[in-house]
Amino acid sequence: MDRERRILNRAAALLVALPLLLGGCAALKLGVMNHAGPVAADEWHVYLILAVVLIFVAGPVLLLVPLIAYHYRISNKGDAFRPDWGFSWPLEILIWLPPIGIVIGLSVLLWSATHRLDPYRPLPANLPPIEVQVVALDWKWLFIYPDEHVAAVNQLAIPVGRAVHLSLTSGTVMQSLLIPQLAGQIYAMAGMRTHLHLAASRPGVFRGENTQFNGGGFHEQTFDVIALQPPGYRRWLTRVRAARHPLDSRALARVTSRSVAPRPDFFSSVPPGLFEHLMTASTQDHAR
Amino acid sequence: MSKDETAPASLNLGGTDAETHAAAGRDVFGFWVFLMSDAVLFALLFATYGVMLPATAGGPTPASEYKIGPIFAETLILLTSSVTYGMASVAMKHGGAQRVIFGWLAATLALGLLFLGMELHDFSEMFSHGADPTRSGFLSAFFGLVPLHGLHVLAGSLWIVVMMVQLRVFGLDPRVKINLLRLGLFWHFLDLIWIAIFSTVYLPGLIR
Amino acid sequence: MSAPVWPALLGRFAWDSLPFVRAWQNPTINELIGAGAAAMVVVGVVFVVLLLTRLDRWRWLWSKWLTSLDHKKIGILYVVIALVMLARALVEANLMRLQQAVAIGNPGFVAPEHFAELFSTHGSIMIFFMAMPFLTGLINYLVPLQIGARDVAFPLLNAIGLWLTGAGAALMMVSLVIGRFSTGGWSGYPPFTEIGFNPGVGPDYWIWAVTLGSIASTLTGINIAVTIYKMRCPGMTLMRMPLFAWTSLCTAILMIFAMPPLTIATALLALDRYLGFHFFTNALGGNMMNYANLFWMFGHPEVYIVVLPAFGIYSEVVSTFSSKELYGYTSLVIATMAIAVLSFTVWLHHFFTMGQSPSINAAFGIATMTIGVPTGVKIYNWIWTMFRGEVRFTTPMWYALAFMMTFVLGGLTGIILAFPPLDYVVHNTLFLVAHFHNMLIPGTLYGMLAAYTFWFPKAFGFRLNERWGRISCACWVLGFYLAFMPLYVLGAAGMARRTQAVMETAYRPWLYVAEIGALVLFFAFAALIVQLWVSIRQRDANRVFPGDPWDGRGLEWSTSAPPPEYNFARRPVVDQPHWFFDAKRKEAPYAPPAEYHDIEMPRNSAVAPIIGIASGAVGFALVWHIWWLAILGMLVVIGTVIARSFVRDTHRIIPARAVERTERGWLEAVAKARPIPREIETSPANQGVALVTR
Repeated sequence: MDRERRILNRAAALLVALPLLLGGCAALKLGVMNHAGPVAADEWHVYLILAVVLIFVAGPVLLLVPLIAYHYRISNKGDAFRPDWGFSWPLEILIWLPPIGIVIGLSVLLWSATHRLDPYRPLPANLPPIEVQVVALDWKWLFIYPDEHVAAVNQLAIPVGRAVHLSLTSGTVMQSLLIPQLAGQIYAMAGMRTHLHLAASRPGVFRGENTQFNGGGFHEQTFDVIALQPPGYRRWLTRVRAARHPLDSRALARVTSRSVAPRPDFFSSVPPGLFEHLMTASTQDHAR
Repeated sequence: MSKDETAPASLNLGGTDAETHAAAGRDVFGFWVFLMSDAVLFALLFATYGVMLPATAGGPTPASEYKIGPIFAETLILLTSSVTYGMASVAMKHGGAQRVIFGWLAATLALGLLFLGMELHDFSEMFSHGADPTRSGFLSAFFGLVPLHGLHVLAGSLWIVVMMVQLRVFGLDPRVKINLLRLGLFWHFLDLIWIAIFSTVYLPGLIR
Repeated sequence: MSAPVWPALLGRFAWDSLPFVRAWQNPTINELIGAGAAAMVVVGVVFVVLLLTRLDRWRWLWSKWLTSLDHKKIGILYVVIALVMLARALVEANLMRLQQAVAIGNPGFVAPEHFAELFSTHGSIMIFFMAMPFLTGLINYLVPLQIGARDVAFPLLNAIGLWLTGAGAALMMVSLVIGRFSTGGWSGYPPFTEIGFNPGVGPDYWIWAVTLGSIASTLTGINIAVTIYKMRCPGMTLMRMPLFAWTSLCTAILMIFAMPPLTIATALLALDRYLGFHFFTNALGGNMMNYANLFWMFGHPEVYIVVLPAFGIYSEVVSTFSSKELYGYTSLVIATMAIAVLSFTVWLHHFFTMGQSPSINAAFGIATMTIGVPTGVKIYNWIWTMFRGEVRFTTPMWYALAFMMTFVLGGLTGIILAFPPLDYVVHNTLFLVAHFHNMLIPGTLYGMLAAYTFWFPKAFGFRLNERWGRISCACWVLGFYLAFMPLYVLGAAGMARRTQAVMETAYRPWLYVAEIGALVLFFAFAALIVQLWVSIRQRDANRVFPGDPWDGRGLEWSTSAPPPEYNFARRPVVDQPHWFFDAKRKEAPYAPPAEYHDIEMPRNSAVAPIIGIASGAVGFALVWHIWWLAILGMLVVIGTVIARSFVRDTHRIIPARAVERTERGWLEAVAKARPIPREIETSPANQGVALVTR
């Protein structure tokens, strides 16, 4: 009777836990684990190598602490008790040398991975990268396509398989652009230009966001990265251009005002040099 | 351990006043540690100044603002004040008359105030042609660093006044002696900072 | 007609600065929470005032505690501040977790600005007004006892440090009742905290509260370092000091060198905000990257300021409760020093993503991993300390074991974050939040609580209730895992930190688990309070007046519990480490001295409270632009310092007869107490004298 109830209880607990576990996997689908581009894939690869090494770093401690503490408990009288023992050269070497060796090994990996995955490094490609200029605003992202003379707020469309070069600046406080499934993040700062290279290797919609707190609308400052096959990307450009909705000064004032953009917005034309203009405008006296 | 071993080398009461010497070890050492912390403050401001040197934002530049004449005079005044303070320390160590110590302290105070006056004059001149800290990052860094030294000189001057009064009230009791030792460290430290300001702020600024 | 008077008198105060008024005008849950918190502060203060008046304890409080220069009392007051602030910051953590668990796809009940205040105060309090006062209090209490000194080097400076910390903590509390706190996080990054983006009082509260805490810590660092260098008892060479004294020394050195960058960072930000300078503004050549460097030049050593003392505590706890000498004392000292030095070489890893060259990032990443070596060595030292010992699973030992298991996991994620390419992916996400809580909760909080349980009998003369201690410990551990392991997942899934509402429903299960964990952590704190309550009620059954309940090793165990004001009737002379431990085994450590001497101790002084209150007033006045009060406060501070320098009668003599009487009473109690074996040390049979077998 009791046993049955226990089994029933366990089954119920499992039923509750199952969606939790499944839900958990759903969350990870949004992260670098479910990478969709060469940069994120390489970052995940570095992580896997590191994770294997780290098992050997933590393993001994996680095993030895409970084992030794339990084995040498005071009630276990059968074991050696050496209260005055406090040093041994072999142990000392065992404590110091392996960690030093591991750190040296990891340093080699770190050095090469950091240079390989430098966000400023152009991706190897036959075609020149798609240029996109990103302006961080409160609380939205403005993406300018200088070669196509179009712009979008809170939507970044890119063609699958093409390298993309983002130049970033901020029209306001410091922000940080992260698209977990495609690449790492980089800060956008007023008066400065930072760079990020990425590419998508499969079509899809990927979440992008600002991760640096910048006030009330921070949590809504997300955007979709839409990776399209090249024909789809061209169609996207045509559609934006056809909208006859230029980024004139009125539209610009609305975009740069402190507000949340409820839905993506598209602009069929962009004044030349807008990015540079916004970059220097934020360093003028009136905009502290 | 003998007492001499634990006492810091900066103590110069050794042969003449063993009792204060022994008591001073901890207090003077503590003040050294404080000065180290203070030195970190200045080091960071020097670093900030170096980084912000190009950030003139189209405004005044070092070359347009710094004047070698008054700066050099201020340097000489401050260095001389260190000498006069040193004379006060020597007089204290060798049992000189209170009057003599008092006189040297007064001379140091006068030089310190003269330095402050000249520095204020420099600043007001800079202000008068628009070189104030709100103008650019460079000027912010300048006015973050140099006036902080001035503020220290002001604090040192106030301290000298207090010590002159205490000299009159208590004579040379051990605490007055220890405080004069610490004040000496502080005053010479300010000199050192000024030399750094002179040679890393003013001189390179003028060369350019 | 009053228009020109009020702004001069009250600065920029307005009625809607009061949360009660805001809640009246706009009774949403969000405003009611703010008003409720403010009401709790007010009610708490009124309650304490009434209680003290009712019990007629004002004079007692003033003369026995607030003006005392006794390092032990100052230490205890520090810990009291820490516990009060811990309670507040824990409540805030619970509110944030609850908000995030509720606000999935909807705005929840805490408004964005309010949420930002919550994470800003939570972080600022936990670092500056929980961890720092807690460890400063422990160092204050223990270091003079451990090195055989009667006091710290500069007792008055010590009290001033306490009062400045108190003033900073008070500003944090006042910000609940008057005005709003900063929304810029505990690191206060400009330009977001500049006047152009945040013209309100919030960032000013942050600046002045943190500045007061920072100055206090600098003074404490100087004091502790000089105490350890200059005040050790005869024979106590540096390499004979207990490890806690060593880690305290390293922490003090770090404070001396690492607090100035914080003071500079906040001072320059204040110049920007108050006088229109351009250090970190967007405009006219200001550059916020300088702030990031200054702040983290403080911020990283700060991590070790709060972790190193805990390492010292674990060394004492593990050695004592393994009934065994500490393994590898010398290598532990070397590792501690190495950590202290290396901690200054890694600050850039807090902003790998600022766009510097990969070689710079890689160099700092490697330096970061290098710190892992001495830290790992320490863990093994504690493991080998248990090896061939007799381990007693008391509450402090449970904390130590939980620490070793948990801290290692935090170290692993630390190595992950040290890899710039991996940091790019999880920087600023909940992964980072999980990582530093994974370091600071086991690395600092468990250590502080282990120390609290371990040395409580020394400070108050009776042991804490073991059962509630274990319940609390279990909750701290379980709560930590439930609350923070999900955050690793969420961070890896790209959830940014500091988000008031969550748009991804996929995060839901993990946020629920984290919320349960936060509740368990709150229960752990409640259990701690219950433990204190139960222990006070049962104090007579658990007295350990002779002073050595755990068969301790250091000099602090060789005095009564609580120790007399002067700590030692005769200054100890030691000829080896663990002199007391060995003396118990070889000679008689409780022998009365040949003769008693007068002892000179510092007199009470009102200087520290005056300076503390005046500094707090200056901070408050600067926040609200009440210039007359700021000037007045500064004049009071300077005037008090000058006036004090004219006071010559600063010490009083405790006559030899009184010392003899106290000492004899204690030695009689020692002789009367029944020595107890280690197996029953947590039972009431423990009267504070250890049964020595070998």
